[in-house]
Amino acid sequence: MSDGTHDAVHRHEPPKGFIRKYIFSLDHKVIGIQYILLALVAVLVGMIMSVLMRLKLSWPGTSWPILGSLFPAGAPGGVMGPEFYLSLLTMHGTIMVFFVLTTAPQGGFGNYFLPIQIGADDMAFPVLNMMSFWITGVGFVVLLAAIFFSGSSATVGPIGGWTGYAPLSALGQIAGPGQGMGMNLWIISIAIFCVGSLLGALNFITTLLNMRTRGMSLMRMPLTCWAWFTTAVLALLSFPVLLGGGILLLLDRLAGTSFFIPGGLVVSGLLSGSVKQFPLHTGGSPILWQHLFWFFGHPEVYIAILPGMGATSHILATFARKPVFGYRAMVFAIFAIGLLGFFVWGHHMFISGMSPYSAMAFSIVTLSIGVPSAVKTFNWLGTLWGGKIRFTTPMLFAIGFVSLFVAGGITGLVLGQTSLDLPMHDTYFVLAHFHLVMGVASIFGMFAATYFWFPKMFGRMMNEKLGKIHFWITFVGVYSIFVPMHIMGIVGMPRRYSEFTQYRFLDSLHPLVVFVSIAAIITVLTQVVFYFNVIWSMFKGQKASDNPWEATSLEWTTATPPPHDNFAGHPPTVYRGPYEYSVPGAAKDFLMQTEPETAEAPLGAEGISEDGHDGHKH
Amino acid sequence: MGRALAVIIWILTLLSVILFVSKKWWFPPAISAHAPALDRQFMITLVVVGIAFAAAQIGLGWMVWKYRDTPNRPAATYTHGSSRLEVVWSVITAVIFVGLALMGQSVWASLRFNAAPPGSYQVEVVAQQFEWNFHYPGKDKIFGRTEPELIDEATQNSIGLDVSDPNARDDQVGKLLAVPVGRPVELILRSKDVIHSFWVPPLRFKQDLVPGMAIHVHFTANKVGKYELACAELCGQLHFNMKSVMLVLPEDEFRALTEMPPGKPFIDRITELRDKYKLPEEQ
Amino acid sequence: MATTVTSTNVGAKKEIDRGGGPRFPGPNGNGSRKRNGSGDPLFEQRSSAARYRIGTWVAVASIAMLFTALTSAYIVRAASAQDWRPLAMPRVLWLSTALILFSSITLETARKSLKQLFEAAYVRWLSLTAILGVGFLMSQLFAWRQLARQGVYLASNPHSSFFYLLTATHGLHLLGGLLAIVYLLFRKRRPRADELAEARRLAHADAVAIYWHFMDGLWIYLFLLLFLWRSQ
Repeated sequence: MSDGTHDAVHRHEPPKGFIRKYIFSLDHKVIGIQYILLALVAVLVGMIMSVLMRLKLSWPGTSWPILGSLFPAGAPGGVMGPEFYLSLLTMHGTIMVFFVLTTAPQGGFGNYFLPIQIGADDMAFPVLNMMSFWITGVGFVVLLAAIFFSGSSATVGPIGGWTGYAPLSALGQIAGPGQGMGMNLWIISIAIFCVGSLLGALNFITTLLNMRTRGMSLMRMPLTCWAWFTTAVLALLSFPVLLGGGILLLLDRLAGTSFFIPGGLVVSGLLSGSVKQFPLHTGGSPILWQHLFWFFGHPEVYIAILPGMGATSHILATFARKPVFGYRAMVFAIFAIGLLGFFVWGHHMFISGMSPYSAMAFSIVTLSIGVPSAVKTFNWLGTLWGGKIRFTTPMLFAIGFVSLFVAGGITGLVLGQTSLDLPMHDTYFVLAHFHLVMGVASIFGMFAATYFWFPKMFGRMMNEKLGKIHFWITFVGVYSIFVPMHIMGIVGMPRRYSEFTQYRFLDSLHPLVVFVSIAAIITVLTQVVFYFNVIWSMFKGQKASDNPWEATSLEWTTATPPPHDNFAGHPPTVYRGPYEYSVPGAAKDFLMQTEPETAEAPLGAEGISEDGHDGHKH
Repeated sequence: MGRALAVIIWILTLLSVILFVSKKWWFPPAISAHAPALDRQFMITLVVVGIAFAAAQIGLGWMVWKYRDTPNRPAATYTHGSSRLEVVWSVITAVIFVGLALMGQSVWASLRFNAAPPGSYQVEVVAQQFEWNFHYPGKDKIFGRTEPELIDEATQNSIGLDVSDPNARDDQVGKLLAVPVGRPVELILRSKDVIHSFWVPPLRFKQDLVPGMAIHVHFTANKVGKYELACAELCGQLHFNMKSVMLVLPEDEFRALTEMPPGKPFIDRITELRDKYKLPEEQ
Repeated sequence: MATTVTSTNVGAKKEIDRGGGPRFPGPNGNGSRKRNGSGDPLFEQRSSAARYRIGTWVAVASIAMLFTALTSAYIVRAASAQDWRPLAMPRVLWLSTALILFSSITLETARKSLKQLFEAAYVRWLSLTAILGVGFLMSQLFAWRQLARQGVYLASNPHSSFFYLLTATHGLHLLGGLLAIVYLLFRKRRPRADELAEARRLAHADAVAIYWHFMDGLWIYLFLLLFLWRSQ
């Protein structure tokens, strides 16, 4: 296997045969692409669901004949029932949060590029890596199966929102439609997903700690690697809590335990313990589920956004032709966000019946998490400042990320305050806030990453013209969808309503509701351009060189697409930081991480003088 | 391209700000004693948020406009940042953000840290899937005993009131909430099945009703009228239709109501009152 | 001037405004791994063996988090309920505890034998560990049967729910460790194994040992939590 000297070339031969190469592959690059494909399928399903929801909200009584034939139970005669809407909502949230925002940024791009960016030949545990993808895939299939378990009642899937609050989610069929087998499958799917993510996180952390190539010190890693690493740590520590909560919830449903179900409940006119399908429950705590769920749920928000932040930093520096402004501060900010993320879960529960004093404490910690987020924003602006910006499609999306992150994140200052949560909790204001910051901003980060790394992954450039059309419409579209939602929230529009026809105080909002739906439909349709671009470019795109963007990190030093073991048996040696753009005196406006320091005049022969290194900025 | 992007960012920012500033759609007029302070805190926060939002977006637009790659532009500035700037903006944002968080606590503290003031009028709210029940203590101001075992929809005993309890004799139960104007009201929030949430937008007040818990909250409504009461926590299929109204009644009208005999006379009277008042939206 | 090979966390004594930019470690500075300095020929070998230990520690952190979550649920549930009826501890749990404590000792002995290249002793002690592990699981099952015979089941009351849940979750994890030991038993020394393969075999044994000791400690913790934690 090894002859003991590092100079020798020891290549790992790629596997032969289709199955080992593309299906049950151990290659982190193939697994990364598999994750991305899974997310592309999942996001399509999730988007279609959101459009259906918008149709229901804007034109409640309208009949959509196709739906009637597809879902005769949920949409009889093509008119969506409230339970159909609620199960769409549950599935939309679950699919998007778990199978899109967690898989694509981390499992997809992280899997593909973390090993390459640190100069490793693969993940630390390739078999585990393959397992984590396939476990996640099984989780997705189980979740989709949940839609089709209608049971006796006229429903199409689980109803509980992506948060699955007990006891609604714990009581079973008796609590109404959407609480039967579909809900069991929903919980099982999430438990499976937890296991898959945990294996992935274990792999990421070990790979990063153990497999950095020569010279790749922690502070020479691209910010993407810091983001993926922190995300993996968050996943490692938060998914077990969700898994534990899920097990308890499933036991409450199936084994008659009372972790979350209190005593003396009367559901659908039946007293707990009076009938067989509603066994006796005593003393459980519904708020316990919320604590367990949000202890996971809040870090999950950062699991979704951190990789996007990493990719954005990386791409902004590349196309501004400047080093990342405040690299160190960026690393600390990522860490601070990750760390504080574990102590703010209570801000989802201000009005849950939790102690008002802990609510106050959570509120203060929550607003302080805005500080590292603001620091990141300032540093992104600092990176652009004085740059020489090239407006490629990935750059447009990265700038869009910054804009959306600010727009969505900043309303956290409103929602994080205990008193302001009284009117705002569970209204469209919350919906707008987290869709912008956790959903759309993360997705923009992923679009940027796709356009940026596509040439490396498939050897062909994506079409710039289509990419720009995609950007302009999507960027304007998401603002049009989500900014008006803040206003709806201020008026008081509650989330998770399948119709707004019952309340007079919501009547005046109807024009906004329709406007948002139209914007949503246009934006979703625009994504066809993206899908087309991905598929078309894969076969017909312009051939890409090894380093089409003139970038500096290790993935651009190897062939396009990278060989099976990433560096063809010659692991690179790293001599410098990840963002050495526009170094004065250098021949080109970028210096690859692998370029020995002598290539750079101002640093002198040894190039270690820290004063000299920083001398340019004063 | 850089200029186009800057302009789009600015236009989107401007439109967003206009949407907020125009107040074409806004909070319903407040009807509670704590609402003005809360609205003020909201406005202060919104101004801070608005300025930060606009400043960041304008700055972003300016960066992409000014530093776009043109043939004349010199090479990018080579800098790795400035520790001093990092410290300065971290401290400034920390002061503003934590300051906001602390300011926001005063309304919260006044509502949640103290028990209801003495002399508050008590109403027990018992939520169930897609319906609200309100339990008034009646003339004696003492709630009769309730037991889940006694809940029987057939006899309309939807909260399980124990009629053998002497305190329960004058207890009124209805589907509408009536509270006196200008007097503190204490709600005792309970749920029979799943989590619901008590939400009256003009009251600026929301609180979950958690099964297995009796949550005490208080507020003072100070404007006579009829207001819609909604459920704000997903509770099942017909969540969107779990509605009732809150009547804020003049003191004499309210006292007369509480002295009505329970059962049909009380329900007829409160229904009359419901029809007498109009929602703000209907006026 | 502190210009060491790995200046990531050294050499910061003199205050220089680095402006948040990355510091410059010397050429060939191999990350933060001091001992593996520049151009260490054994770098690949050491790191590929070390990853099993690192990975196991990471896995341990994650499992610890699962049990932390269940513990907090346990404490909340015990504090909030009037329906908490403490179980009478099945006596056989003392046997379980003794078995698993002993198994940690035998595993350590096995590992020591492997390090000293006593292959036969290694296999012997490892097999004994596996047998003790099976014994532990049997003993746990026996405790379940004892409780079931008293009519105490999963849903009987919160304490029994947690007892079954925690012992089952721990047992499943221990079963995983047991499978890993069986795997070690099958990974015999190859006649012409190179240094790397041997280092890897040792790292595998180390990893299993870390996991197993953690399971041991976890059981002691659960034992104390379930029967010494006084609610009310």
